[in-house]
Parts: sequence; structure tokens; C-alpha cells
Amino acid sequence: MTPQPNALELEDLVMHFGPVRAVDGVSLAIPKGRVTALVGESGSGKSTVGRCVVRLVEPTAGVVRIGGTDVTHLSRRQLRRHRSEVSIVFQDPAGSLDPRMLVGDVVAEPLRLSGERISRRDREARVATELGRVGLRAEVARRYPHELSGGQRQRVSIARALISEPTLLIADEPTSALDVSVQASVLNLLADLQRDIGFACLFITHDLSAVEYLADEIAVMYLGQLVETGSREQIFTRPAHPYTQALLAAAPVADPVRQRQRQPVLLGDDLPSALDPPSGCRFRTRCPLAFDRCATEVPAQVEVGGGKAACHLVQPDGTRPDVRTADNSEVLS
Amino acid sequence: MTTVESPGAASSVLGAPVLEIRDLSVSFTTEGGTVSAVDRVSLDLAPGEIVGMVGESGCGKSVTAMSIAGLLPSSARISGSVRLRGTELVGTRESVLRRVRGKEIAYIFQEPMTSLNPVLTVGRQIGEVLQVHERMSRPAARARAVELLSLVGIPSASKRVDNYPHQLSGGMRQRVMIAMAVACGPKVLVADEPTTALDVTVQAGILQVLRDLRDRLGTTILIITHDLGVIADVADRVVVMYAGRVVERAQVTDLFAHPLHRYTAGLLSASPTPGKHAGTARLQEIPGLVPVLSSQPDACTFADRCPAADSQCRESAPPLEVVGTGGALAAKDHLAACWHPCPAPRTQPQETDL
Repeated sequence: MTPQPNALELEDLVMHFGPVRAVDGVSLAIPKGRVTALVGESGSGKSTVGRCVVRLVEPTAGVVRIGGTDVTHLSRRQLRRHRSEVSIVFQDPAGSLDPRMLVGDVVAEPLRLSGERISRRDREARVATELGRVGLRAEVARRYPHELSGGQRQRVSIARALISEPTLLIADEPTSALDVSVQASVLNLLADLQRDIGFACLFITHDLSAVEYLADEIAVMYLGQLVETGSREQIFTRPAHPYTQALLAAAPVADPVRQRQRQPVLLGDDLPSALDPPSGCRFRTRCPLAFDRCATEVPAQVEVGGGKAACHLVQPDGTRPDVRTADNSEVLS
Repeated sequence: MTTVESPGAASSVLGAPVLEIRDLSVSFTTEGGTVSAVDRVSLDLAPGEIVGMVGESGCGKSVTAMSIAGLLPSSARISGSVRLRGTELVGTRESVLRRVRGKEIAYIFQEPMTSLNPVLTVGRQIGEVLQVHERMSRPAARARAVELLSLVGIPSASKRVDNYPHQLSGGMRQRVMIAMAVACGPKVLVADEPTTALDVTVQAGILQVLRDLRDRLGTTILIITHDLGVIADVADRVVVMYAGRVVERAQVTDLFAHPLHRYTAGLLSASPTPGKHAGTARLQEIPGLVPVLSSQPDACTFADRCPAADSQCRESAPPLEVVGTGGALAAKDHLAACWHPCPAPRTQPQETDL
């Protein structure tokens, strides 16, 4: 029996915009029906990875495989057949929905683009089904996007993304522009749909706390590269890379007693430029634990606790650094 | 209806309030009609206190903050009172307000890039505040600017003082904004979503700077945010706003340990917190949206989204007062505007001690 192909495979993906090395060698695999969260701060290149997968931008090098097929070198026409396999939902639904199109037409557009012949009645029925699935009434189809709230618009984006029955959904910060209570309902919706339909998902976000509900695996990105990957449990309970540890320590928890007992980990403010990334480990300029070797030698991905981390202080036997033990005083000045 | 204002709204240990807001109401006339943004908000800020104001978009947090030092456009109709150490600010002449702003009350906003002048070095921009308000000479202002930059944690401040805003990262720019805001030693700093546009690792540093300012200079800080994690991190007291009204007010630990208003409780359980719901559990949702009100009804404006609402909630507005929750009375400075406050959580070790 041959193993099932992964829903998504990235092999050494590179995306340079002129001199800007936005994505610099990212390898990642998402099995069918699984959710991987790609977490990083602004400028880490996480959105660019998503854009490469749907080929909104053409990768500089590397391979993108969707369902086992290399889509990196497909022509536009060949790509069209694969378009229905993968969909994307963006952060800002106001900007990603055409304001002049009725919601029904927005949702039906992937069907039109697929070239599939479908009667008007069937199309309307499918739009109604899809709207129902995301918790909207069928008559929303006859409204314009501006008549809807932010949360409703994001539901429309999700309906549009799912109407072609993709095997892979790229969700690029789908809840970041929404208020807390609305964010909760959209996260719940995505989790329900994912469980019911079983599509694989690359969930791109800057917010680690938002992925705890959804993600099976978490990949942490810093300045164009993955610094750590692992199961959700592994990343939340035993993060190996100093950057992952710092991210978890920096996100405040909504509990004043716990929050004030936590030891702050302060990194310097400056994310180095992707024009001229630091030598060796890219995180070393902000890492409180950096030492000589970090500047000269690029750390390899080391297997640790079922995941992988790229840090000289991580050993295959499970030895991992603890960023909280570092002396932060000079960062605070 | 009545709004019960407890004396000792600001912790009496800290002395007379620096800022007293009483029955502040703000409405706007727009093309679509009147919009009531803030409804009879009362709040005291004690010296050296950090008060967090939390709520979702459209709850009136920012409008409240802007109205304190008269930053609202002329289309705003403002009533009520804002007193800065006894001096009334509502309806005061612009020339007086101009002296108050910067010197007595300073602001920082969410987006530091649009608040900084791109063609002036940060040293010139900070220096300008000092030259205007403190009548300092240019060299003296520059020297003070360097000191301020190191106060807010900018490394090699003597070099950074000659940088232009675009040469700095987002976190550095926000630090510059804070340096500029505290240049004249204001009594009150209003920080409106100061870390919302920043990454979490940078946010932690900015919150640390705010705490430092309070500890070192005794600055009173009103921090406005939608993020309960930020509140949990820095605030001493919390004010929860909903649809223009204060719906709950408490010491930070009391609020999180036992939210009384259903909106507060909803916000708390809708916020993802690492380790809190691990894996299978769902986030709690608050159905519906924050209403846009043309006038303030004599009813609880959260009733339509509230699981506990009944006819009383729809017929009369609950006053902001100390409420009992079936036996246990909340702390005396824990107020809520709710007819049916949340029952006390079962596990409260401190309160089982009879």
C-alpha cells in the first residue's frame, strides 16, 4: 500500500522580492485533513508562504506539492484544474470581497472560474447551501458586502473558499481584524467546518493563543525560516527554541494573578532586515542566550520531542535551552 | 434612572483623584442621524494609578479618552464634567486646553508612524514639545530628548536622537511617541491601544515602559485596549465599556476572578488564553453585535445579546452599583450595571474562609 500523499508539501521554498529574502528555505508537510498553524510576527514571511502555495506570487525556488502534484511549474492553464484543490481566506474581508458584486456572485465565483458547466438553479442552490454552512441565511446572497458586519463578511469569504470543495484551505490571519467576541465565533466555525468536511488547513497567524483550538501541528517562523515545528501540545508545553519560548512568554494571559507571576522575557525591539539577515542563526541578534557559535554557524534542524528545532542549544537527547534563565537586564537598559 | 457613583471610586489610599470624570456624555451628528457614543460615564483616576478601559470596537472607549482633553471634532456634543486637579476642562477655551495638552495630559495612539512627522528627526520632534511648553533652548531640548529616549528604553539614545521615524522599527517608534508624551512630565497619560499594531514580543517591552513610568515618575495612566491580556498585565483597576456606558468597574483581580456583568464574562470566555481551554473545548461566543445607538434607551443595551436578560432588563437601565450575587457581596469597589449579575464562581478559596 502506498502512503497517501500529503495535502501540502513545501520543499525548500524560497521567495525573494529583489534583494528582500522574504522566505528563505521553508520545508513543511501537512497530511490530509490536518491543520498546521504557521506562526510568526510581522515580517517573518508567513503570509508570503501562503501566497506561494496559491501562486499569487511565483516562488523563486523550491517545490510546492498539492495532493502529491508539483504545482510549482504548472502553466496557468494547467494550474486552473488545481485551483479548486486549494482556497485562501484573507485577513481583511472588506478588502478581499469585491464591493460591486452581490454576495451570491462572490460566493459562486470559484464555480464560474473552474469552467464547470452548471445551471443557474444548481448554482444558486450550492450558494445557499454554502451560506447555510457558514451560518448565514440564504437571502444574504442578494446583499452587497458593505451591508454586512465584519464577522458576516468573513463568513462570506469562508463560503467562497469552500464552495469548490478544496482539499486544502489557506487561512491567512482570518480573525485578526475582528473583535474578540466575533473572532471566537469565526474560530469556532472554522474548527467545526474543518472537522465536518475534513479539509487540510494552513492557518497563518501572529497569535499563538488563537491556534490552540485548531492546530494539530505548529510551525514557528522567524525572518524567512522555520525555527521550530512540533505538535500543538509539544509547542505549548515544551517549546524548544528560544524564539518560541519568547513568543509564548510575551503573549499576556487574561488572568492578572498568573500574568503577574510570569517572568517577562524581553527581546530587543528590532526585527533585523530581511535585506541583510544576520549570519548564522537569524534570531541571534535578539536572542538572550546567543553565544559565539550562533554568529558563525547556521543551526541545523534537530529532532526533539517528536518535533524539530533549529538552535545550537537544542540536543537530540531532549536538552533544550530556557530563555527565562537569561539575564535580560541590558535589554531593558 | 440613576447612576450611583460610589465615593472612593479611586482607591482612597492613593489620595485625591488627579482626574475626575462625571456624567460625561458625547454624541455626534452624522449624515445618518445622531449617534450616541458615550453615555454618562463617571470615573476617577488616582495619582500613580494605571486604569484599563476595555471593550470592543464601538463601545465608546476612544471617544471617552479623546473627550478628556478636548480632542474631539466640533461635530461632537459633549456634556458632563472632566476635572483635572479641580480645573474644569469641558467647555474650556481652546487656548487653555492647548496648555493642558502635552503638559498636563498627554496621549499616545495606536499607530506611531502616522503620529510622527516623517521629515523631522525624532530629536527635533521631542525637542519641539520642550521648546514650546518648557521654553527650553534648542541644545537643552536636544539633551533632554536623549535622556527621554533612554528613559523609554531606546538603546544608544544619543545616536537614535538623529534618526528619522522611518529608520526605526514599530516598537521603537512607539517608544519615541511615549518619550514625546512624557517630555513635560504630564500628570496623566492616555494610551489608546498603544500596542495593538505591535507584535507580542515588542508589546511586552512597551507595557514594561508604561509600568516603569508609573513607578519612576508617578504618572497616572489610562490605557485603552480591547485585549484582556494587556489589562491583566498592567492595570490596577478596570473599567468595562459597552455601547457607550460603563457596565463594570473593579480592581483588576476582582474583575477577572469574578466578573459580574454578563458582557464582561462573555468577553473573558471569548478570549483565547493558552492553557485555559486546551484542545477540545470551544471558545464561548457572544451572539450579535455592539449596537449603534441614536439615543440611549432606559434599558440595558446588552439585553439583546445576553443569556440572562428578561423584561426588567428591557424596561429599565440598571444603575452602576455594588451588586449582591446570592449571598456573597462583591468587593465594595466592584460595581456593575446589571440586573442579573453572574453568580460567584464555585472555587474561591479566599472567600470560603468564614
